[in-house]
Amino acid sequence: MHIDLQTVSIKPLRHTFDNIARRIGADKPATRYQEGTLDMQQTANFHYRPTWDPDHDIYDASRSAIKMADWYAFKDPRQFYYGAYTLARAKQQDTAEANFDFVESRGMAANLPESVRDTVLKLLIPLRHVAWGSNMNNAAICAYGYGTGFSQPHIFQSMDQLGIAQYITRVGLLLGSVEVLDDAKKSWVEDDTWQGLRRLVEDSMVVQDPFELFVVQNVVLDGLLYPLVYETIIDDVLSAQGGTSVAMLTQFMTDWFAETKKWADATVKIAAAESAENKEILAKWIVEWRDRAAAALLPVARIALGDRTDELMGEVVQQFNARMTKAGVAV
Amino acid sequence: MSNVFIALQTNEDTRQIIEAIVQDNPHAVVNEQPAMVKIDAEGKLVVRRETIEELIGRSYDLQELQVNLITMSGNLDQTDDEMILYWNA
Amino acid sequence: MDMQVAKKKLGLKERYAVMTRGLDWTPSYQKMEDIYPYMAYEGIKIHDWDKWEDPFRLTMDAYWKYQSEKERKLYSVLDAYIQSNGHLNVTDARYLNTVKLFVSGISPLEYVAHRGFAHAGRQFPGPGPRVACLMQSLDEIRHAQTQIHAVSNYNKYYNGMHDFHHAHDRVWFLSVPKSFFDDAITAGPFEFMVAIGFSFEYVLTNLLFVPFVSGAAYNGDMGTMTFGFSAQSDEARHMTLGLEVIKFILQQDPANVPIVQRWIDKWTWRGYRVLTLVAMMMDYMLPKRTMSWKEAWEVYFEQNGGALFKDLARYGITIPKCTEHIALEKDHLSHQAWSTFYNYAAATNFHTWMPDADEMEWLSAKYPESYDKYYRPRMEFWREEAAKGNRFYNKTLPMLCQTCQIPLVFTEPGDPTKICYREVDYKEDKYHFCSDHCKKIFEDEPEKYVQAWLPVHQIYQGNCFPEGTDPTVEGFDPLAAVIKYYHLEFGRDNLDFEGSEDQKNFAEWRGQATKNA
Repeated sequence: MHIDLQTVSIKPLRHTFDNIARRIGADKPATRYQEGTLDMQQTANFHYRPTWDPDHDIYDASRSAIKMADWYAFKDPRQFYYGAYTLARAKQQDTAEANFDFVESRGMAANLPESVRDTVLKLLIPLRHVAWGSNMNNAAICAYGYGTGFSQPHIFQSMDQLGIAQYITRVGLLLGSVEVLDDAKKSWVEDDTWQGLRRLVEDSMVVQDPFELFVVQNVVLDGLLYPLVYETIIDDVLSAQGGTSVAMLTQFMTDWFAETKKWADATVKIAAAESAENKEILAKWIVEWRDRAAAALLPVARIALGDRTDELMGEVVQQFNARMTKAGVAV
Repeated sequence: MSNVFIALQTNEDTRQIIEAIVQDNPHAVVNEQPAMVKIDAEGKLVVRRETIEELIGRSYDLQELQVNLITMSGNLDQTDDEMILYWNA
Repeated sequence: MDMQVAKKKLGLKERYAVMTRGLDWTPSYQKMEDIYPYMAYEGIKIHDWDKWEDPFRLTMDAYWKYQSEKERKLYSVLDAYIQSNGHLNVTDARYLNTVKLFVSGISPLEYVAHRGFAHAGRQFPGPGPRVACLMQSLDEIRHAQTQIHAVSNYNKYYNGMHDFHHAHDRVWFLSVPKSFFDDAITAGPFEFMVAIGFSFEYVLTNLLFVPFVSGAAYNGDMGTMTFGFSAQSDEARHMTLGLEVIKFILQQDPANVPIVQRWIDKWTWRGYRVLTLVAMMMDYMLPKRTMSWKEAWEVYFEQNGGALFKDLARYGITIPKCTEHIALEKDHLSHQAWSTFYNYAAATNFHTWMPDADEMEWLSAKYPESYDKYYRPRMEFWREEAAKGNRFYNKTLPMLCQTCQIPLVFTEPGDPTKICYREVDYKEDKYHFCSDHCKKIFEDEPEKYVQAWLPVHQIYQGNCFPEGTDPTVEGFDPLAAVIKYYHLEFGRDNLDFEGSEDQKNFAEWRGQATKNA
């Protein structure tokens, strides 16, 4: 039996779930982001303590030094739930695919000036390992962070970084072959240029506080690395040397950083606005890790920037400081 | 030898894929259920890219199959050209 | 094709290898055991992570492409279903109770799976399993969200779903699925993979999703059918991950075999006990039945699981012993479960009812060995009593199994006339069990299972009343206070389907669609 149901006008008993109504202050229609995010993580009556961490509950806000009255104060300005997230990335992936096709079909990779190609191989390709580290760190934040408002964007971030590592891999394969990847890995593990950065990445992997790890990875390291490598070096310096096609191949990263930094800023801002204690902890983490990261990136930047390294690195750090100040943490 | 199986949603995309599977696996048994088709086969089942391409008249990536896949059983081995489900015993 | 390489075209396997395996390195500034601290304590020995075989080889760009296609389809069907008041097309309003059971019992578990796979993915040092786990983590939050988005519209028109997150953490029978997943995520990463990746996803998931989803299709619930099938398309990837994990661990070291065997035995039984809810859904709650629980068990476990364990025999793995017990129980499980929920319908977030004469005929036909002999008489009696105005509600609290947390209502294997009780003295206390299998699970890890938050104990200890409740005042009604603590609305969310608001509204709304006002 099929009935024409469209003609029936019936009055709903309620407009959303009770937990959503409590949080948005009224029983009114809620967004898919809200219904898919708020209170998703269980909060009460856990049955067993983790055998791998008996000092904490399965989800436990005390894993972080940051204290929040309500962890759902963290909202993703992009309103990403799974569906919105994958649709956004699929669109960017289409653009990236078109860019790779364009560069490939016109043989633009082969026509890159030797110095530009050399810089890309030396500087960009080893960064796939940094992205891999970020994939791992963001998985940790998702697993051990508290509240879905905070934890959810980190699984997106984690998989984005895996995607970035794979895009960098494709650039390597386009400019060279599998050997290019092997050489870059050898540099990453052995060359002095990379050891400061590799040490920083490995040190970040043992950071236990999920919020500190968010600061180290998504605020500080990305906050210096992306403006330096993708905006300054690739989009400006290499493009001026005849390497615009490289900028096409890394457009995903440029766009991705422009998008994700808004979420990172919003997250810092909310945590800092919560209390003076939070603000103090954040400032300490940001300054400490910023100084380490800036020092670790210096020899890497020098691959492309030569004598302009200190000047341009200084600008990147200054921009970063301004960003943090705007987010409510003066550094 | 035990059966392996694959189940696909019933829709416009899968009609010819199922045809291709049946063509490549004469021993397979097709079992139509509401909104889904389950294909059982003793021991081994092979899904071949080329056969699908011949039937649909365009190039096909076997990973596209995931969009309409419901469930399966057996060890899986996938390459660019084939997706094989099998039991060893 | 994605991630395609220009000059020398790499095959799928090589291409995937450089896109994942090539990304990691051996750390030297931090120790492996500090970066991966949970790899040793379970006793599993892994000698070479590179021996891992990737089942599906999806790079992120392909993942985004195919998953977004699925999402686009799913939400367009959902939107159309909502706009056309599709909920009025379901067979009858009793069907909606399966949706309530699902969103409060199962969807929250999808969320725990999301967090659990993020944890496992972070902890495994091998890039192959890590990427597969993280992709599954991402899929699992998809499942939780698409389910909630699909159920969101039902919640607007029907009762029992309005505070399902709150219910999941508190309502007595929901501690069965909750404790199951809490158990898995608090285990070590390897056990988690065997528990969820293998035992649940590979061995049992077909019993959860296929009957539930085809049940939705049979009963005109397009919304649920769509999210169900869409989720299943990810499930195929998860199942192969589960199987690869098992094979990988077993191949790495012979000392892993007995550990894995114990986990498979434990988790097959734990998962099966949770599926009790599915059994009664299939046999009693779907107005139009797909297949019986017994048939589903035979097709998806005995045949399909049988094939799987035959395949694993080469590694020294045997089919779990509990399957003999399950085979004896398959004629009884759903009837005993539904009788229990019928009894306790005052404290549930869904309605129960007694089957009508036709449905009893179906049950007799599907269960010729047991239904008429053991269950029909009591159900007919309850039905007659209800017709006389004496609908029976049990107000006493049952004893729960310390492990699976189901009330002790199941009978001795092979004797459906005798309730099965087991007990263990541990330290100063006595613990109760529904079966030898739950007892054995406790005895293997008593320090874990003594922690269980047992709803009945908690009610007796006064922990399940709203804040500020004074149980010493005259006329204190403990059941009413517990219902309040659960955020259930007495008379709307609970009790018999007959006479419920859902029944009344559905009839009226459908009437508007089929008749002239």
